[in-house]
Amino acid sequence: MKRALCALLILAAGQLGAADFDYRLAPVELARDVYGFIGKTEDFTTSNGGNIVNTAFIVAPQGVIVIDSGPSLRYGQQMRRAIAGVSAKPVVLVINTHHHPDHFLGNQAYADVPIAALAETRNGIAADGNAFAENLYRMSGDWMKGTEVHVPNKLLTAGPLEVAGRRLRIVALDGHTGADLVLVDEASGVLFAGDLVFNGRAPTTPHADVAHWLAALDQLEALTRAPGFTALLPGHGAPSADAAPIRQTRAWLTWLNASLRDGAKAGLDMNDVLARPLPPEFANMPVAASEYRRSVGHLFPALELDALGARH
Amino acid sequence: MRFPLTIAAIALAALMPPAEAAALRDNGDPLNSAMWSDMQKTFLGASPVLFDPRVKVTAPSVAESPMQVPVTVDATALPGVVEVVVFADFNPIAEVLRFFPEQAPAFLGFRVKLQQSTPVRAAVRTADGVWHVGGAWVNTVGGGCTAPSAAAGSKEWQQRLNEVSGRQWSEGPNAGRLRLRIVHPMDTGLIAGTPAFFLEEISFTNAAGQRLMRVQPHEPVSENPVFTLSRGSAEGVIEASGRDNNGNVFRARIAP
Repeated sequence: MKRALCALLILAAGQLGAADFDYRLAPVELARDVYGFIGKTEDFTTSNGGNIVNTAFIVAPQGVIVIDSGPSLRYGQQMRRAIAGVSAKPVVLVINTHHHPDHFLGNQAYADVPIAALAETRNGIAADGNAFAENLYRMSGDWMKGTEVHVPNKLLTAGPLEVAGRRLRIVALDGHTGADLVLVDEASGVLFAGDLVFNGRAPTTPHADVAHWLAALDQLEALTRAPGFTALLPGHGAPSADAAPIRQTRAWLTWLNASLRDGAKAGLDMNDVLARPLPPEFANMPVAASEYRRSVGHLFPALELDALGARH
Repeated sequence: MRFPLTIAAIALAALMPPAEAAALRDNGDPLNSAMWSDMQKTFLGASPVLFDPRVKVTAPSVAESPMQVPVTVDATALPGVVEVVVFADFNPIAEVLRFFPEQAPAFLGFRVKLQQSTPVRAAVRTADGVWHVGGAWVNTVGGGCTAPSAAAGSKEWQQRLNEVSGRQWSEGPNAGRLRLRIVHPMDTGLIAGTPAFFLEEISFTNAAGQRLMRVQPHEPVSENPVFTLSRGSAEGVIEASGRDNNGNVFRARIAP
């Protein structure tokens, strides 16, 4: 009886773990020739395998441009197969928007293609990539099998960029990380915001500079008012036809920063701040509680220094 | 020894709210840690032990950074506190710190480095010789004790070693609170080539020269330690003074 029960449990556990390791990536058309793969608004788990991120591709006249490669080798491979289902053109360029692992660990599947990023992003991937990957192995489990860091081999700078007959514009911002690349596709009017924008999911802050991030959001919002803008693809959460996700991200960051700063000024310590409830407007946002907890760890120590009158 | 303690526990329970009395126990670690009996032997010896809900240890159940895990010990509900020892069962250096609340309430907040998921406990010795134990499990990805301090990679701390910044709060919900930060690498000695180097004694005295509290940090206390304490009825300037294990001393006045 005991043995039968064990076998049953093992079987159930296997099924829970999605043993086929299929991310079931389905391209969503954002504009003509522009597609996104929209991830879940969750944290990394062994059931989602890290498919919590948005990636995208543009079918240009002479080839396909890929924006971010996902959280694992398997994701990159499956993404590439899904792209091939849309266009027979070759992938000619992969762009990594920033140095967070869910955005570049699929690079390996594009090892035959130039992989481009801002210089600071390239350096960040080279320096911290392995530690990030190790962390994802811990959180996403076997989905990560075979995944290794593949550092970008082409550098991008701000300004216009013509790739495969398509005119793009690189906007180099920062705040979510030290370098956040935003891409504007001139033909479609789609704005690829990377992780400067989260939609319906609490933002992550492990390398954030909130003041810079808020300034970047103002620039992004201006881009949505520019003629030709049609759609915004956030790094996480649903695409949008307007600037609402930008405003949502700004509201979270503004509240978070003010709340931690005021807490530090009032003499609270980290545990006091952690114990405070989320305001009603954010309480039901996916992963709000866990991202708040993480953000206290990231942001509170510096704000506490200010409150104690210490030098940084 | 069991029998008299059980009577003591029953007597105590009668004085406590029912929920707390139900949680009071004199055997069987409520955190179910395989290390408990070792911890008990190491830190509490043969003295009587009571798992006591009046010893509140607050720490996040999931810690974002194993280098900076916030821990708050509040034993102000217990009368006659003499000594508090804080330890983490599964840390390579288990003893985190010890404090002796003299004129100050038995309350201390600080941050610790944890090497892996572990119970973090406070054992509080009262004047009758009983150790009252409270604790919390902290889950963390680990590595906090064997990662180099940020100071190890920078020259600046040498000029700023033992620099103290602090503040007292006299109004608002945190009136009576004192917080301070001391610049110190708090090296554990677990990294090859970097010997243990940590603050080992801090005293807080009031303007009249009476000692409010004595704190003895150990290696697991986080780099650039931040302490939160309650000054109790003390008024005016509070002086923090102390030294590290290399004999570097500091003395700072924290104005109200």
